[in-house]
Amino acid sequence: MEIMIEARDLTKYYGPNPAIQRLNFEVGAGEIVGFLGPNGAGKTTTLKILAGYLSPTSGTARINGSSVVTDSLKVRASLGYLPENVSLYPDLTVTQFLKFAARTKGVEAKREKSEIDRVERACGLEGVRNTLISALSKGYRQRLGLAQALLNMPPLLILDEPTIGLDPGQIVEIRTLIKNLEGSHTVMLSSHILPEVSQLCHRVIIINKGQIVASDTPENLSRQLGEGSRIWLAVKGPEDRIQAALEAVPGVARVTSPGEGKFLLETGNGQELRPQLARLVVAEGWDLLELKAQEFSLEDVFLNLVTEEEES
Amino acid sequence: MKSLNGCLALWRKELTVYFGTPIFYLTGFFFLVLAGYFFYTNVIYYSIISMQAAQQAANPQVAAQLNPQQLIYRPLFAVLAIVLLFLVPLFTMRLLAEEKRSGTAELLFTYPITDWAVILGKFLAALMVYLILLAFTVSYSLALAFVTRVDWAAVGAGYLGLVLLGASAMALGLFASSLTENQIIAGVVGFALLLLFWIIGWTQELGAGALGRIFQHLSLLDHFDNFSKGVIDTRDLVYCLSFIFFFLFLTKRQLESRRWRA
Repeated sequence: MEIMIEARDLTKYYGPNPAIQRLNFEVGAGEIVGFLGPNGAGKTTTLKILAGYLSPTSGTARINGSSVVTDSLKVRASLGYLPENVSLYPDLTVTQFLKFAARTKGVEAKREKSEIDRVERACGLEGVRNTLISALSKGYRQRLGLAQALLNMPPLLILDEPTIGLDPGQIVEIRTLIKNLEGSHTVMLSSHILPEVSQLCHRVIIINKGQIVASDTPENLSRQLGEGSRIWLAVKGPEDRIQAALEAVPGVARVTSPGEGKFLLETGNGQELRPQLARLVVAEGWDLLELKAQEFSLEDVFLNLVTEEEES
Repeated sequence: MKSLNGCLALWRKELTVYFGTPIFYLTGFFFLVLAGYFFYTNVIYYSIISMQAAQQAANPQVAAQLNPQQLIYRPLFAVLAIVLLFLVPLFTMRLLAEEKRSGTAELLFTYPITDWAVILGKFLAALMVYLILLAFTVSYSLALAFVTRVDWAAVGAGYLGLVLLGASAMALGLFASSLTENQIIAGVVGFALLLLFWIIGWTQELGAGALGRIFQHLSLLDHFDNFSKGVIDTRDLVYCLSFIFFFLFLTKRQLESRRWRA
């Protein structure tokens, strides 16, 4: 696979404080990669460096083979960037702003109109073409931010928290939009919202305190932690007897109960216990209300990795 | 070619913002009111003096001094230059400071556009706004031309002086704007620096010798004075152009440092 982004020992200090330290990662062409981490982990700093806004203190980053420092103009011409909390010129209208962006990005004059139409349609901005940016809602501003990033079909898109501050409906729209970019663009996006990353991304890079703690597909990350899968059980009956019976089942490592007849079982070796549990409950004469497997979500993976880091 | 496109795009955007916000109309209004007022009083004063000179058959030497250039335009240009001192920081203070404060700089500096294109686009937009205001004042001279003989070449030299002085002040103001995120600070710094280059020549009058002469050569006002007399001297031209280039260059350096410090 062709490599789109290549970071080698990427380090950035703000004064004496390191924001990121010796990051090494690669992103292949056409991949959608999620960049995940708590606040202050260095996500935004890394993306700013890749977008050519900041220079790294040491280390190198290459986009399509060109250094973001020495070949800045070429790199910037090949990417679309959506900053975190995007700011746009409040005194311009949507179309005026897109015209400005298209011209600075070097869209040819004869393609300008069709290109602006294309991104306006892609981001659902047709209804607000002549509205001043200062009068746009947060959702529309975010869409406009995305629209300007899409101008001139850059092979690489860097999106910093693309769905932050949007309502659930808008989040779905933006996600669909990003999903549609698959294949034609390489996308690197950062997010707090873990399910979003697992839905959208082929691969997740988890970063904490300026260092990469994990990099894999969302499925593999869940599987790594999912050696003991969990089962969710709701049973009507005498609770202490049920708990004792469940604990006695071979393969059950731990049973916790939040009360009201609900039980969370953790199985040690990942073997399938559900049929056995169902038979047990029925045989005892209790009522089985609910029985389902609960997989480790990316949230758990994330929390696990970040807390491990803190413990060590 | 690509840089030129980016520069033009920015130029156009800045003009859209200037014409879309009240600051242009407000400052423009007061500029024209002041300029009109001074022009009018100068013309009245000139006509009174001329009348008196004619009635009292003043001696020829004094009468020779009585021409529109000396009595109308020189004082007018001197006053306009002072108005400029206040006006320019108002026009330039937001140019880069606002981009940084509002965060739009993050987009602008990730577009494939050189720092020079950004600087020139903004500089030329501010200059354009200023030229539009100056163009309005030309109508005063057209009106005057109906009643007296106007020495257009000398007036033109004065205007060239105003344009160059304005451009120099814009370059300095743009530099001040690159130093900070705060428009007010950018305005104050721009104004203070301009004032400094204005009065720096005064030390010569205090008899400071060679150093004083150097200061005088650095003074904006001193070079402008020649233009307002109707004299175009290459030394003044070279001074103004180097002044503009120097401050645009400092602005460029300031923008470059942003990537490293952040």
